[in-house]
Amino acid sequence: MLLGNWSVRIGGGALVLLLVIALAAPWLGTVDPTLFDAASRDLRPGEVGEITNLDGETMKHVFLMGSDSLGRDVYSRVMYGTRVSLLVGLLCALLALSIGIVCGLAAGYLRWLDGTLMRFMDGVMAIPAILVAITLVAILRGSLATVIMAIAIPEIPRVTRLVRSLVLSIREEPYVEAAVALGTPAWKIMLGHILPNCIAPLVVQGTYIVAFSILVEAILSFLGVGLPPDIPTWGNVMSEGRAQFNDYPHNIFFPGVFLAVTVLSVNILGDGLRDTLDPKMAKRV
Amino acid sequence: MSVLDLRGLTIGLPRGAERSNAVTGVSLTVEKAEIVCLVGESGSGKSVIAQSVMGLLPKSLPVTAGSISLQEEDLTRAPEARLRQLRTTRMSMIFQEPMTALNPVMRCGDQIDEVLRFHTQESPPQRKKRILNILQEVSLQDPERMMASYPHQLSGGQRQRIMIAMALVLDPALLIADEPTTALDVTTQSQILKLILELQKRHGTGVLFITHDFGVVAEIAHRVAVLRLGELVELGPREEVLRRPRHEYTRMLIASVPALKPSGRESRSDARIVLETRKLSKTYSTRRWLGARRDVHAAADVDLELRRGQTLGIVGESGSGKSTVARCIVRLVDPSAGEIRLDGEDIAHLRAGALRGMRRKVQIVFQDPYRSLNPRRTVREAITEGPRNYGVPAAEALERAKKLLELVRMDASALGRYPHQFSGGQRQRICIARALAMEPEVLIADEAVSALDVSVQAQVLALLEEIRARLDLAMLFITHDLRVAAQVCDHVAVMQRGRVVEYGEAGQVFLRPRHEYTRALFEAAPGRGFAFGTT
Repeated sequence: MLLGNWSVRIGGGALVLLLVIALAAPWLGTVDPTLFDAASRDLRPGEVGEITNLDGETMKHVFLMGSDSLGRDVYSRVMYGTRVSLLVGLLCALLALSIGIVCGLAAGYLRWLDGTLMRFMDGVMAIPAILVAITLVAILRGSLATVIMAIAIPEIPRVTRLVRSLVLSIREEPYVEAAVALGTPAWKIMLGHILPNCIAPLVVQGTYIVAFSILVEAILSFLGVGLPPDIPTWGNVMSEGRAQFNDYPHNIFFPGVFLAVTVLSVNILGDGLRDTLDPKMAKRV
Repeated sequence: MSVLDLRGLTIGLPRGAERSNAVTGVSLTVEKAEIVCLVGESGSGKSVIAQSVMGLLPKSLPVTAGSISLQEEDLTRAPEARLRQLRTTRMSMIFQEPMTALNPVMRCGDQIDEVLRFHTQESPPQRKKRILNILQEVSLQDPERMMASYPHQLSGGQRQRIMIAMALVLDPALLIADEPTTALDVTTQSQILKLILELQKRHGTGVLFITHDFGVVAEIAHRVAVLRLGELVELGPREEVLRRPRHEYTRMLIASVPALKPSGRESRSDARIVLETRKLSKTYSTRRWLGARRDVHAAADVDLELRRGQTLGIVGESGSGKSTVARCIVRLVDPSAGEIRLDGEDIAHLRAGALRGMRRKVQIVFQDPYRSLNPRRTVREAITEGPRNYGVPAAEALERAKKLLELVRMDASALGRYPHQFSGGQRQRICIARALAMEPEVLIADEAVSALDVSVQAQVLALLEEIRARLDLAMLFITHDLRVAAQVCDHVAVMQRGRVVEYGEAGQVFLRPRHEYTRALFEAAPGRGFAFGTT
């Protein structure tokens, strides 16, 4: 049923391809993305140059996407960067969803907690996401864990709101009332009756978080407050190519294309999932 | 010249649907000043026919053969612009749910005015005069105020009158009424039916009236067309079709309509009292900021008594508090005052822990079969959930589920399937099995057959009756439908605005009602002149 939808096919297909790239990066004609060679600085895409490996040996290498100002292979950095981007996207979504689900269930089902928890979430929501991220990274230093946390935290209120509104409507459903009459304890009702019926909209919301997180990670790296510059991420590659953009646009062009394609395919997948999983929101035939 | 002439109308369904056509070869006419009732169960294609005439069919349902002529103009060939001209000027439609058919953010007067602005060149004062006239004609008090009101400020009956006013303001030749009284209370329904009769007589409008209710048919139809799975099975004058139905399907439908007379079966008055409420009340209070408290008495001082093996009916219109009483007894809402004695023990104010043991004894079946079962749980999980909560071993619970499915006449293969694979009637049977799995002493049916087609309703009613007799259950039967109440109840309580206004044996209440509200309810019951359920 899912695979009958073209958006799911296209978005999912592109993502599977990106996942393969991320996993198979070492075997795709890449070199270690941290290697550099002073002789091969600022090569244009397709040029042949030399690169020195960690043992100090030099070898010939085709720079498919050119090289940056330190003589690193942009192609290798972009391929390896796929790993970081997908990982950040996925982990951010998982983190935001899991905390958001717990908070949302609590706010929706425990009436006394609702007011306090939701006002706190409103407070978090009032602060711009990028600002929160920059502050957190500045305080805690840039590492993968910090960046993921910094991106996920501003997403939590949105998930909480979604889950809470779903819980509020689902708890009025007759099947939930029937479960109450059957003597089912509250926690079982939440996990067994309410949560499973929230899954579809949550999956959809999750894909949007993935896309947004990948984008924010690139933005943070581009601003120089993301992951350390030696870690190959699309944002870092673009950030380093910024100064020479007029002369060597390839430093920004290639990672930019990958970023755009990834975010686009996640969003297309999300739209497709929404249409198939949540027929109420789907466009009419 | 017929107002509406359908000839061999065939409307396709998308591929993969349960049948190839929504409507197959339907031919029927509506003459001037005539009311033709189109009757059928859900999925019979009656609303599709209405939409096809109005040109409102979605693209997935194309007219594949036949013609639709409105005063000899073929509508199947008419372009969208022409259809737009014809709507409300020559043909109009009113719908089931007047709240959603009206725009909630527009004043009623402006909504009628919109029709006039689009179709006439009249000046604003002329239009206003016309609107006031039509509002008077649909018997709305204080038309000026009605014009200035938003839909949510009006009652269901008033909203439907606004819809009718809007539909008839340009005096169309054809009015299509798609279940216009189904969402209304019985007393309002009878007023609206009278209004439609009166208006169509005065204006000579041809009416295509779509309904599932044979009571309504008996009340207003000149001719009746019976539709089954998209095919016209019977067409004839009202008396003929209702009294001497020729087609077997029509006979079955008419026989399924419960009689308005009590069944007159013997009820034991010496059995043990299982459930008793004393001065049961539920008050909803709203307090504005610094403002005065507003109390709504959803139920007030309700005294009921239910014995083993008996069926007690609570009858009333929407907002009468009948469901509130049921939900208090199941403790889905907490009563504000009074006692609920279950086997002599007051459970009205028990806290969660102590209540748990009592929950088993009262079970409830709800109205909407499509929302009463968790879509993500199999039938087996649904039926065994209750017993498992009370520590019954899985194997035993499964055994019980199998027996219960047999009791509600379903195959044991249903256990592994999900709710969406069943029809409404089947789902309601599953809900009954789920409730019975708890081995309750009281079974509450909260409008449990109201959403079902009349033939399915008859089956489920018979099933409930059989289960009550076999298990010697006490049953609390909540319904707005007097016919259903007459068929199954030993005792009846009539509720109005939160209070029980009449309470007694079914025979007494139905044959010699004392309270004027009860009498008004009976008078409003559609088709009471026809002795249904006796053929």
